[in-house]
Amino acid sequence: MTSETLSWTAVCAASEILPNTGVCALVEGRHVAVFRIGDSAFHAIDNIDPKSGASVLSRGLIGSLGERVVVASPLYKNHFDLATGECLEEPQHSVRAHAVRIDNNIVQVALA
Amino acid sequence: MVKPPQDLTVRPDMKIVLVGHGMVGHKFLEALHEQKTPGLDVTVLCEEPRPAYDRVHLSEFFAGKSAEDLSLVEPGFFEESGFKLRLNTRLSAIDRRKKTVTLPDGEVLAYDKLVLATGSYPFVPPLKGSDRENCFVYRTIEDLEAMTAAGKHARSGVVVGGGLLGLECAKALRDLGLETHVVEFAPRLMTVQVDDEGGRILRNKIEELGVKVHTSRSTTEITNGMTARHRMVFADGSRLEADMIVFSAGIRPRDELARTNALPVGARGGIAIDDHCRSSDHDVYAIGECAAWNDQIFGLVAPGYDMARIAAAHIGGQADARFTGADMSTKLKLMGVDVASIGDAHGKTAGSRSFRYTDEAKQIYKKIVVSPDGKKLLGAVLIGNADEYGTLLQMCLNGITLPADPEFLILPSSDGKAKPGLGPDALPDSAQICSCNNVTKGQICAAVGDGATTIGAMKTCTKAGSTCGGCVPLVTQIMKSEMAKRGMAVNNHLCEHFPYSRQELYHLIRVGQIKSFSELLDKHGKGLGCDICKPTAASIFASCWNDFVLKGELASLQDSNDYFLGNIQKDGTYSVVPRMPGGEVTPDGLIAVGQIAKKYGLYTKVTGGARVDMFGARVEQLPLIWEELIAAGFESGHAYGKALRTVKSCVGSTWCRYGVDDSVGLAVELENRYKGLRAPHKIKFGVSGCTRECAEAQGKDVGIIATERGWNLYVCGNGGMKPRHAELIAADLSKADLIRLIDRFLMFYVKTADRLQRTSTWRENLEGGLDYLKQVLIGDSLGISAELEAQMQHVVDTYQCEWKAAVTNPETRKRFRTFVNSTEADKRIVFVEERGQVRPARAEERLEETEGQPA
Repeated sequence: MTSETLSWTAVCAASEILPNTGVCALVEGRHVAVFRIGDSAFHAIDNIDPKSGASVLSRGLIGSLGERVVVASPLYKNHFDLATGECLEEPQHSVRAHAVRIDNNIVQVALA
Repeated sequence: MVKPPQDLTVRPDMKIVLVGHGMVGHKFLEALHEQKTPGLDVTVLCEEPRPAYDRVHLSEFFAGKSAEDLSLVEPGFFEESGFKLRLNTRLSAIDRRKKTVTLPDGEVLAYDKLVLATGSYPFVPPLKGSDRENCFVYRTIEDLEAMTAAGKHARSGVVVGGGLLGLECAKALRDLGLETHVVEFAPRLMTVQVDDEGGRILRNKIEELGVKVHTSRSTTEITNGMTARHRMVFADGSRLEADMIVFSAGIRPRDELARTNALPVGARGGIAIDDHCRSSDHDVYAIGECAAWNDQIFGLVAPGYDMARIAAAHIGGQADARFTGADMSTKLKLMGVDVASIGDAHGKTAGSRSFRYTDEAKQIYKKIVVSPDGKKLLGAVLIGNADEYGTLLQMCLNGITLPADPEFLILPSSDGKAKPGLGPDALPDSAQICSCNNVTKGQICAAVGDGATTIGAMKTCTKAGSTCGGCVPLVTQIMKSEMAKRGMAVNNHLCEHFPYSRQELYHLIRVGQIKSFSELLDKHGKGLGCDICKPTAASIFASCWNDFVLKGELASLQDSNDYFLGNIQKDGTYSVVPRMPGGEVTPDGLIAVGQIAKKYGLYTKVTGGARVDMFGARVEQLPLIWEELIAAGFESGHAYGKALRTVKSCVGSTWCRYGVDDSVGLAVELENRYKGLRAPHKIKFGVSGCTRECAEAQGKDVGIIATERGWNLYVCGNGGMKPRHAELIAADLSKADLIRLIDRFLMFYVKTADRLQRTSTWRENLEGGLDYLKQVLIGDSLGISAELEAQMQHVVDTYQCEWKAAVTNPETRKRFRTFVNSTEADKRIVFVEERGQVRPARAEERLEETEGQPA
């Protein structure tokens, strides 16, 4: 799928997300966690933590493990790769990663 | 009765009767249980009303430990082993021919092996008046209870006997608040272990502590006193008056069972035993202080434990288990004074030579005795400072060749050069490091291989250092050296982003005045940071600078609880806990809490810390709830933070007929002083208004108990997963002194602990233990007391209610939202009702599983 065929949803202004934190957005009925790394890098993955079923991943702490940029679930501290949604400790609990772009300082998300 | 698994091919049950359930008796049972010999039928006769307890630490009973704390029996031991314990049971007769014992009620028990572990009794000199009321001996918990009761109506006390136990006993009397005297027949204290010069220094030290020492005094009579209950009359005509008298003039073996059953005894008493701990009747064993091996009686616990292990092994079929004598070296702390004696302390070996060092200013005395050729260490005496004990003991026991100038072993180093110490490498694997639990260097090294890499884990795994604690420094040294050797290079790095321990990071932040994570990462770390180092750094920033935790970049370091200032629950909702200092709350406050909980549909529960917890709040509700709580006069309870939680209290003297001081008042004051303090882990306090201890203060990180003379401070207790009783660090403090000491304690913990390390674990891993803590906090041995107090004062002065800051700051407040692009609530949060309140729905109770995550 190319970016032209994706369906983009505007979520919020980039400035609404404090650097190195996340927010949760409702995109086509889906809970999506959108993270801002430093000033200009953005990632989006599902917000629902498969292990607990709670909609919380956007509230996790962001960090790096080796070369991977990850978020730690605030409930059970398992880590998710922000680029792929892969759960590092328990791959069966991986989530979907979504496309995200900045257009005119607006964060846009497209479901994968 | 649960029996151990039995192998049907072995002999039928072997019946063992153990007489005496003291420290040695119980060690015998443990050894028997550990070796898993099948088919044992074991009965234990114990004349005391309670199972085995730690007599070595008996004096701690006066420092607040209970009989239960001193118990040596692991919960479930008798159920699991199937051994039968009969308390309050003496033996009335033995029939060695029939191999039976008879109990006072006439019951007859048959035995295959009889083990006597009857211990000893305190010797009371046969003098007129020694049986007067308020004359005691110091041996059992019942003796101590009687002394405590008498101490309440006494002003002064005398201990007869200036030996090791006598001085312990003097400490007990002093702890009871009595004017304390020690009377000794010999010209010096601790005649057996210490020489004249050492005895003189020891005496000075002990007199400095307010105990009056009277040597070369032979008591002839005790009569009525003029100024106190008793008058002691001495052979030289002098007199001493006191309200209570305790005899601690040595022990005598309880060998009467041998004497009445025609078993030989040693020259100085004691049931004569061979190398296998058997009496002349090979089915009767004797172990511990009631036994005499080569006419020697061993009044220490370590040789008794050895005998217990050997008897158990021998009975279990290990024919070559032999007792080969014992090293009588000792190291202890008497009223805070180090006293150690090794081997031939008096230099009795022909041709031996000695080296002595005395420092009269610091009251330190050290002596070593070396062989005629100067190559081997034969003995040593250390008073006032026993730092070299571990090294000297190992040199002596292992026959290690001494350096050319052995005097440097005890001389202080003048130029900071290391002493010719003894690296762990110099010791053979067989070297016994912990004599109480018979742990060798080899076993410690093996435990490292099994993953024991902290002193706490080492104690659990090998028991090394868990009895008297004297060997802990050496055990630590060996452990670290072994870890280094295995390439386990003592890595205490916080995480992959910072090659530092938390303590080092704290230092870098404090000294470098670092106030942001980006600066910290720039200067000392790499990568983006992670969920380990970010909250740790945030906590250190808060401890040091105490800025609002959600200010600017700091917000991105907080984990979810600190970011939303609530405790996240399994469904992603949060709980709300307003502070109720000391557990005190007005009716109006309680009504307000109730109304708010009702309005927002929250589940309410009273917590273990005596306040109200409200559950089920969604993030967008939190600021609304808190606005109302703040309006009703409440502040954040910091239940979400690694911070001061609660100060639990009993009602104290205000209402309680037993209370001796205002525990609620103090609890409120302390909670208000330390609220908001961020620490490596949560901190709980308790304040009790009397020794009944209704606030369970001794199970808290900081516990305070009112006494008639002030406040007793206990530290490093814990409930929860690994309960630990807090230890008394200072007694009878004024409120000002108490607060100063708590300031120092908390700040020292904040400064030095690992991340997520409660005070109890921190204390278990603190090299030097409680004594070290006292030296730092009370003696100011590191010279940091003023600094610690100032740092705490800064935290106190800069306190602000985090919730007030959060709801009044629009930037912060707007982050409390479920969706950045919608005002909808999270429909995945579903409650059902239970017992009249809400609770999160379980998976099978939810209607729409795909809410928020459509396929």
